[in-house]
Amino acid sequence: MKKKLFQSTMVFSLALLLSGCDLVLFDSSGVTGKQIGDTILLTMGLMLIVVIPTILMSIWIPYKYHTSKKDESYDPEWEHSSKIEFFAWGVPVVIIVVLATITYITSYSLDPRKELVSDKKPMTIQVVAMDWKWLFLFPEEKIAVVNEVSFPVDTPVEFLVTSQSTMNSFYIPKLGGQIYAMAGMENRMNLMAHEEGEFRGISSNYSGFGFSGMRFKAKVTSEEGFEEWKAGVRASGQVLTDAEYDRLTEKTRDHEVEYFSSINPLQFKNIIESFTGAQNGSN
Amino acid sequence: MVQTDLIKDPHVLTGKLHWGVIPFHDPVVAPVMFAAIFGGLLLVAFVTYKKMWGYLWNEWFTSVDHKKIGIMYCIAALVMLVRGFSDAILMRTHQALSLSDEFGEGFLPPEHYDQIFTAHGVIMIFFVATPLMVGIMNVVMPLQIGARDVAFPFLNSLSFYLFLVGVLLINLSLFVGEFAATGWLAYTPLSGIEFSPGVGVDYWIWALQISGIGTTLTAVNFVATILKMRAPGMTMWKMPVFTWTTFCANIIALVIFPILTVAIAQLTLDRYFDFNFFTNDDGGNQMMWVNLVWAWGHPEVYFLVLPAFGMISEVTATFSRKRLFGYVSLVWATIAITILSFLVWLHHFFTMGSGASVNAFFGIMTMIIGIPTGVKLYNWIFTMYKGRVELSASMWWVIAMLVTFTVGGMTGVMLSIPANDFVLHNSMFVPAHFHNVLIGGAVYGFFAGFTYWFPKATGAKLNETLGKWSVALWFFGYFFAWVPLYYTGFDGMTRRLQYIDNPEWQLPMYVALIGVAMLAAGIAAQIANIVITIYKRNEPGYKDVTGDPWDGHTLEWYTTSPPQFYNFGDVPYINDRDPLLDMKQKGTAYKRPEKYERIHMPKNSWAGPVIGLLTLPLGFGFVWHIWWMVYVSVAAIFAAWVKLNFERDKDYYVEVPEVEEIEGQFLKSNEGRHYYFEQHAKHYKKWKPSDQK
Repeated sequence: MKKKLFQSTMVFSLALLLSGCDLVLFDSSGVTGKQIGDTILLTMGLMLIVVIPTILMSIWIPYKYHTSKKDESYDPEWEHSSKIEFFAWGVPVVIIVVLATITYITSYSLDPRKELVSDKKPMTIQVVAMDWKWLFLFPEEKIAVVNEVSFPVDTPVEFLVTSQSTMNSFYIPKLGGQIYAMAGMENRMNLMAHEEGEFRGISSNYSGFGFSGMRFKAKVTSEEGFEEWKAGVRASGQVLTDAEYDRLTEKTRDHEVEYFSSINPLQFKNIIESFTGAQNGSN
Repeated sequence: MVQTDLIKDPHVLTGKLHWGVIPFHDPVVAPVMFAAIFGGLLLVAFVTYKKMWGYLWNEWFTSVDHKKIGIMYCIAALVMLVRGFSDAILMRTHQALSLSDEFGEGFLPPEHYDQIFTAHGVIMIFFVATPLMVGIMNVVMPLQIGARDVAFPFLNSLSFYLFLVGVLLINLSLFVGEFAATGWLAYTPLSGIEFSPGVGVDYWIWALQISGIGTTLTAVNFVATILKMRAPGMTMWKMPVFTWTTFCANIIALVIFPILTVAIAQLTLDRYFDFNFFTNDDGGNQMMWVNLVWAWGHPEVYFLVLPAFGMISEVTATFSRKRLFGYVSLVWATIAITILSFLVWLHHFFTMGSGASVNAFFGIMTMIIGIPTGVKLYNWIFTMYKGRVELSASMWWVIAMLVTFTVGGMTGVMLSIPANDFVLHNSMFVPAHFHNVLIGGAVYGFFAGFTYWFPKATGAKLNETLGKWSVALWFFGYFFAWVPLYYTGFDGMTRRLQYIDNPEWQLPMYVALIGVAMLAAGIAAQIANIVITIYKRNEPGYKDVTGDPWDGHTLEWYTTSPPQFYNFGDVPYINDRDPLLDMKQKGTAYKRPEKYERIHMPKNSWAGPVIGLLTLPLGFGFVWHIWWMVYVSVAAIFAAWVKLNFERDKDYYVEVPEVEEIEGQFLKSNEGRHYYFEQHAKHYKKWKPSDQK
């Protein structure tokens, strides 16, 4: 009976782990995302070595020493054992030392600020969280897009992230980490996709009533696809003037994709400075 | 909801209030409002009809007795549990329906849904978990250390009413105006006046500010009580573990609640007087708010969970019919958690951009907490080892806790690794984790303690069968409700979504809904249990005549159930960590002392309810900018405080004959047990480890 229970539990957890491969975080199309997914599974696996026996013990021991089992030894004054105390402290210490080492290493190696290595030229995309939409500025291409972003595969992309209003978090789950978008501040995150595709982009920090619809499409394309996409944006003929930007700052929900073929190259800097207030005499 | 001209220019008499703020036409809120008004009137009519106002005022409302205040805390907590859980049902139902064709984006607009998840978080932390714990501490801790009351009995009453005003304000916000729609910690700048011009955040501010001050005062009171009022002979290292955890938890509260008070005061200045502590521009810094609020918020969860650990320790030792294993370890683990709890707050925002070295530090500090916590788990398991484990309902809660909490601890360490957190942060994995530790750790612990000490507080034991049903329903309900959300968290689903658009998440949402239904049944079973037990309180099987229904080890079982107003006829000298067990073994338990002494007791005070409840118009006036109401309340509070300070008649003595009479009856009811204790003592001695070899 016990054996059967054990077997079915194992089969079930194995099935759960296998099905886990379809999950976005473990099937990442990003370089850092892939490593993070592996780290999650590794750390969970390491802990399960301790967690499963602990859970089994906390069920088995009250069963074994149940009051009905008069034959089991009973030692009501027994309240200390150096040997057991050694393991009670030692086992958690060992597992935490191992995990702390992993933490230390991955904090640096998977830091989103770290530049990613590739033989391709890295590109920069500036990201502005607005109520409730994402504005992407391409400083080199001098184009801007609302709620859609595209970049070529295998190219390191540095996202510079700020906010026009409340605190948001810029996140493409399928590619890797996230970083907060805050007004008057510039955060940075590096991502590189190793697969083409169209991925969900979200804000993951609650920012008000339109938060749930604050989504964008992240299109990872080939070099040619990216050129095509850029041409499509340029064909829109829209200019991101100050008046247009003011229109975007108004609160909207489930905002449609918008293309702008021309932007002020200092737009991003101006947005940040509108909060830090160069006019107030700082610097 | 609030008219814009009133926001800019509040009316002299009514501030921002107008008829439009009362949700007569809201299909969800209006029926609740009418039911609440009707139910309230019915209750008032009933109390008036039964002529109970005098009794309630004299015996309960003005009482400074720690046991009665504790019971009132627990009642308020259980009422708010129903309110907070109703929010949970709404959220889970809404999210499950937000994908279906029929309901489109669910049945709640974001303006309503976002208030619900905010209210749910605030209610469950501040107005359910905290009062349930403070209530149990109030009832049990002074009894465990052999005290007659807490150090400052009036202050205890005042703390309760300040907490109650928080409860009243958050419930008022449901019917008059709106509540914050910012998430439970009201992150700036969203909670600033620019992005939340309504009164919702003001309700949040005043409900938390007033009840938070109450919690600070409670902490002062309990720390002083434990340090100064222990029974003779009870050194710190002879204190029961629950008292130790209460002590450490209140040290935490004493450090962190002032942080919250100051942070909220700063937000108040921002919102009311155009200050710029946390605004986007003019030098405000939103990151400062996030730091301050988590410097309070993370230790807060240890403030909640440490006493639960204490309750688990007491219950496990008693029902294993054995001494607690590794007392010294457990206490040091508690102290370690207390200190470490102040050093981890940044793990709530690794993704804010603080950089690798800062993140690594806080990540490692966080996982270090796993060590003392693991030690505690092993100590409880080894307390059961070589015991005679009696699986009563409280013990069922303990085992449910051991299993669930271990899983929650694991997911917590997963989140503490910054690299992992960059993808898991704010995903459904996070609420799944903290519900795992708060339900599986704190709430199960509280319910274990609640079941265990219920006969001590009321004189009647809860029904075991119903109790076990509620454990089973909670245990499986939890996993059904939250494992699917762990899963969607791995699939990149973020929290606080008013609607979802990924069909893959539909099935998990339905499964979670089944879990919620099971949890609802679990809560219903508990309420039924309490009602039935109160109804049958004098029947055999329910009534506790001995004062010691579980064959306890600690001092609270050395008196009647419920204890007399003065707690103990005589306070024994403490020679052992388990004083009552020691007295039972030596045959000195429940024996008449040589002589009784007269007992010094505090008198009831009108000032607790009056001063406390006067902060309700104060907070309400602030929320709606009704300044005359604010001035009048402040003046009235000051006047009451002055009057209180001129009163001299605050205490009295219980004379020896009265004590002798009451105690005589109690000792008589325990006479039959002396033979049992002799057997008990032999039995214990027989199994001394030295004899075994």
